[in-house]
Amino acid sequence: MNMTSLKFGATRIAALGLLLAAIQPAYGIPAFARKYGLRCSDCHEAWPKLNNFGQTFKDNGYQLMTGRDAPIFQQAAYFPMMFRSMPFWHRESDNRVPTDIVPGNPSSGQMESTVTTSGFDITGVDIWTAGTLYKNISFAVEPDIDSSGKAHLITYFVRFDNLLGSRWLNLKVGKFELDTLISEDRELFLSNQGGFYQSYHFTPIGDRTSFGLGDHQLGAELLGHSIDGHTRYSLSILNSNDGQVGSAVNSYDVYGDFTQGFEVPKLGLQRVGAYAYVGERPTFFQTSNGAPITGTGMGNRSFSRTGVYGLWYAGKFDLSTFYLHGADNVFLGNGVQANQPFALPPGAAGPTWNGGFAELHYTYNPQLILLSKFETVQMSRQANPAIRRNLGDVRVWTVGYRWYPIMSPRAGLAWHQEYARTLTTGTAPLTGRDDTSSSYLMGFDFDF
Amino acid sequence: MTKSKMTSRMRTRPGIAVFLLFGCCAFGFAQEQEKENQGSKETRVGDLTGHAASGKALYRRYCISCHGAHGDGAGESAPQLDPKPRDFTKATFKCRSTPSGTLPTDTDLYETISRGIFNSNMPPWRPLTREQRVDLIAFVKTFSSRFQEEKPGVPLSTPPEPATSAASVQRGAQLFQDMNCWSCHGKEGRGNGPSAVTLTDNKGNPIHPFDFTTGTRMKCGEGGPTIFRDLMTGLDGTPMPSFADALNTDQAWDLVHFIESLSAASNKGFFARLAAKNE
Repeated sequence: MNMTSLKFGATRIAALGLLLAAIQPAYGIPAFARKYGLRCSDCHEAWPKLNNFGQTFKDNGYQLMTGRDAPIFQQAAYFPMMFRSMPFWHRESDNRVPTDIVPGNPSSGQMESTVTTSGFDITGVDIWTAGTLYKNISFAVEPDIDSSGKAHLITYFVRFDNLLGSRWLNLKVGKFELDTLISEDRELFLSNQGGFYQSYHFTPIGDRTSFGLGDHQLGAELLGHSIDGHTRYSLSILNSNDGQVGSAVNSYDVYGDFTQGFEVPKLGLQRVGAYAYVGERPTFFQTSNGAPITGTGMGNRSFSRTGVYGLWYAGKFDLSTFYLHGADNVFLGNGVQANQPFALPPGAAGPTWNGGFAELHYTYNPQLILLSKFETVQMSRQANPAIRRNLGDVRVWTVGYRWYPIMSPRAGLAWHQEYARTLTTGTAPLTGRDDTSSSYLMGFDFDF
Repeated sequence: MTKSKMTSRMRTRPGIAVFLLFGCCAFGFAQEQEKENQGSKETRVGDLTGHAASGKALYRRYCISCHGAHGDGAGESAPQLDPKPRDFTKATFKCRSTPSGTLPTDTDLYETISRGIFNSNMPPWRPLTREQRVDLIAFVKTFSSRFQEEKPGVPLSTPPEPATSAASVQRGAQLFQDMNCWSCHGKEGRGNGPSAVTLTDNKGNPIHPFDFTTGTRMKCGEGGPTIFRDLMTGLDGTPMPSFADALNTDQAWDLVHFIESLSAASNKGFFARLAAKNE
């Protein structure tokens, strides 16, 4: 790259900066803001991350409890719908991609190379519709259209709120995100490497368990909370199929979460919480012409994800900390049918691992938030003792910021920049060396 | 430095430049918002001291869309809201323990923020910490010079509530008639009296009398003592006057018991109300 092109690039960047500067600042959030006239900053530290007011609103079944939550109080034209999308430019790099030594000639052999790609792209569209059907009966339906145009039904539930007049009894049925105060749906990072929680989806290499804490599950959830939202519990019974719709199951999983908040003078609301997910997965199925028949799973074996978390506030800083301990049955961990124990490798054991992250935010004001995150997942025991103990360990560093020049009660626009780097131990496909990937992303995240 | 390393470094420079440039722009514009006038007033509720400077940031986050940047109730959402958001510059508040026309106590404002104003767009703000709510009060008070020039009124005492009886409800019903409460609130307390459509608040905006049949939650709280207090203090800024000079204590309690009887059918849980509705 010569100096002329560098200068030209800098000029374009400066022009774009001036264009952004001309945008008049305002505030807001779409779907519920239209209903209540509140800004997005009322419910979000920085959208989409909820603050305690927003979390309590959600726990109340998308009700502010003003006596005007039922849809009958809304104008007939009001429809509780929001769209979210993001055009962006990104750069992806991976230093251990197997490539042909002579491009286009597979017989020339393979080597590991650094592959870097970049370009403009889009995220697809999140369509979020949620609200109340009646006083104390709420709902949410969230179809998602991915960037290729394919639609997915992410969330779909009806919820009966304040049963028997009590905040401690709210029943939700359908497909939904597991109850957690560190929601992956509301993650502030967006890139390929940093835009999800590794701990929520980690599976040891060779493990057959299909489950992710961040995956939306099918089932029923009982949730309760105090009037200020400081004390919360939830208990769910869920299909043992990681939220796959249209398939029967022969067992159910259980998930529970409890959190307690407490006020610390000069610092604000602090929180600690604990959660546990205990489930089963089949290790084999009845088959037809070799293809598994859904709902006929057999040889179920167990797995668990347990841990604690905390949300810590100090002035304009907030820190989310999360710890997870994962444990899978030996058959799941080795991908072996439970009726074929002889297929287990010598010394086989159930794999265990520990994961966690610390995510630090600095909210300069409701329009600007600086972000950073460090996450790691480390194996403590492999399913097959012949495998090196740290194979598949992951470490991720992410930094970024979000600036919200537009937040009106009708729409929101955020300028987002982020860099994330992932180091995975021993997973290079040819050499077994460590694999490093990185993502750089900048774009306009908007909803309306 | 090898050529490949140099090339790699050259490639990353524009990315770093873009990151820093936009980061600085965003910081700069966000900072412009921070430079607005900073309050320095303090207020006290119980053992808590509220600071206007801290409250200002909270106000910008939670209150500005309805109450407006200048506290005049002209926020961007105000045109869609009914009733209209409070105009803090007038220092006129509905829910008080103090006589009509006087300033509320800090505790009055704290309770209003915590409880919200039922049947309006003002939600309960209990999810905010106690400290945050007191900080907000300190800042809200900076919008009107009255808080510097006057002291809050002396809170009215609420005598112990006598037991409800059929006789007291009946006496209250008669007072409801005699005091013309029905002309606004309607014969059955449904907020549909003959004067209801003509009522306006102190800024000329239409305002609706409360429908007592909707439940036991009133605008300023719940329960007999709350209704008693509202009768005695009035709801400033609305057509609801103070009856402190027109009713003695016994009469006020009779009226409270009658008003409570209007919502008795609604004073039940969800299933009971659903069942009552289906009957």
